[in-house]
Amino acid sequence: MNLETIKSELEAAVPGCRLELVANPSPSGQHSLRIDAAHAVAVAVCLRDAPGLRFDLCSNVTGIDWPGKQTTEKVKLRKLVDGTQQEVEELRTTTTPGSLEVVYHLFSIEKKHGPIVLRMSTQDRDANAHLPSLTPVWRSAELQEREIFDLFGVVFDGHPDLRRLLMWDEFVDHPMRRDYVGPDDYEYEPTAHDEVLRRANQHLSEAAAKLPSEAVGNQQSETDGNRLSEGGGR
Amino acid sequence: MITDASPAAQPELEPLSETSEEQLLEIAMGPQHPSTHGVFRMNVVLDGEHVVRLKPVFGYLHRNHEKIAESETYLGSMPYTDRLDYMCPITNNWAYALAVEKLAGIQVPERAEYLRVIVGELTRLQNHACLIGFLMQDMGSSGTPLMYAFREREKILDLFESLTGARMMCNYMRFGGCRVDLPAGWLDQAKIVVADFPRFLDEYEQLLLSNEILMDRTQEVGVLSRELAVSAGISGPMARASGVDYDIRKVDHYSIYDRFTFRVPLGSHGDVYDRFMVRLLEMRESVSILEQAMRDIPAGPIVDPKMKIRGFRPKPGEAYGRIEAPKGELGFYLISDGSPNPYRYRVRPPSLINLTVLEDLCLGQNVADIVAILGSIDIVLGEVDR
Repeated sequence: MNLETIKSELEAAVPGCRLELVANPSPSGQHSLRIDAAHAVAVAVCLRDAPGLRFDLCSNVTGIDWPGKQTTEKVKLRKLVDGTQQEVEELRTTTTPGSLEVVYHLFSIEKKHGPIVLRMSTQDRDANAHLPSLTPVWRSAELQEREIFDLFGVVFDGHPDLRRLLMWDEFVDHPMRRDYVGPDDYEYEPTAHDEVLRRANQHLSEAAAKLPSEAVGNQQSETDGNRLSEGGGR
Repeated sequence: MITDASPAAQPELEPLSETSEEQLLEIAMGPQHPSTHGVFRMNVVLDGEHVVRLKPVFGYLHRNHEKIAESETYLGSMPYTDRLDYMCPITNNWAYALAVEKLAGIQVPERAEYLRVIVGELTRLQNHACLIGFLMQDMGSSGTPLMYAFREREKILDLFESLTGARMMCNYMRFGGCRVDLPAGWLDQAKIVVADFPRFLDEYEQLLLSNEILMDRTQEVGVLSRELAVSAGISGPMARASGVDYDIRKVDHYSIYDRFTFRVPLGSHGDVYDRFMVRLLEMRESVSILEQAMRDIPAGPIVDPKMKIRGFRPKPGEAYGRIEAPKGELGFYLISDGSPNPYRYRVRPPSLINLTVLEDLCLGQNVADIVAILGSIDIVLGEVDR
């Protein structure tokens, strides 16, 4: 199927949508279609339901991180230096915000054609990293969008169950980003030594002090037995 | 062959509504549960014996395969793809090689394509045989069907070992071909294994299909409708069991599959029974493909002579390549920026995406049926969590 005809068909069906052909120079020849976030769901529904298209299988959903670029240029300025006008060279750095991109690979089971590649980009990589979820259109995006949320940090508005998929819930960063730095200490679970050991023993003795007097005798021996010892464990 | 299956009627279940929320029992199946085939957890909420909610918990085997591959050269990731779905390493190699070949426009010589089909279909045979064995093991038939399957698998793994040097971590494909040619006498050995295989299938079918308990535990259990299967992107034998006529070997015409005559078995109910029957029938078709491929294999080079092994840098661009792996659609999505390692490397794991509907299949079923349903989906955690 020709991407140009699909584009004009979509533009006719979804008024106001902004579509852009993205050429792929690779021999694979898989060119893609960039869609705007505001009309994404309408475009997706049209791709799925239009009788000539029928892209009913959303096979692959994935994210790509495009970090912001920092460019430095030398700028000549006239400035007052020590009371005299002088021409000074200054380095000026400009940063583009970068973006997170989400790619959908669609196929048609009914017509046996495809793939058509959809792309969507966020405005930046931080506060505005929001995109509409296409899970209501294709259920197969459910776990894959959760994975992108987890590993790239794209927030999908309208996703029924947006939680981390592979990392644990308390994890804070997004490991698939290009600028992710792994922790120096991979041991996440705090083990009973040093600071943790001190607090654990403090907790045990506070608990023993709060108990009523007749129970203290029994309880005391138990807490002594429980008391964590330095260098124990392994 | 049934092409247009009507969605099967849901089995009649007792009403679930009268129990209050406090009376429900929440249990964790896994991560260390023998039926989860690895480290995988399902948080199940039960009303008596019936499943009310089921939330799968992923990530116990997550090692960020994609990130590691992005800091590695293209060829450097080839051995690591073996570790995704470690039951079928060769088809993982194949999907990755196919994606890179699309990205860089590499042609594969004819003999290499035949070699790929032969080892790929052997992989499918051993995967399906073992899957059915594991499914029976999960449902309580201790040993026999699984050991029958392992006996056959051993013969195929011996073939892999004499060809590639490893039973499971084969690392067999290269961009533009295969790593080594067949050793002397390998083809004759393989012909014997393949010729013996239908006898094992007859024996297996007789063992399973005459068993009344098995029928009761699999028929009308975990029904997946055709509409949900399409919408949820279910692929492979699991989709075909629900009547979705979609086999990438037939649709994409990748490699040389259009030279062979084979049929695509389809189910009509989409229950656990259909899912393992489709696999049984698919093995017979694989045997037929293998017979044709081993008859027709030509002589010639096994790797594109123009292919550069060192300093391989594809031109900037992207490609998505996919094959019909034993578990479903296995795809690799690669973006090149012209450097020796991929800018973006993505695995489309069939096991993970087939788990999208796990909760839908289990709702209202008995807790013991979860085991059968999960077993019939066919997952390998190395691929689910990557």
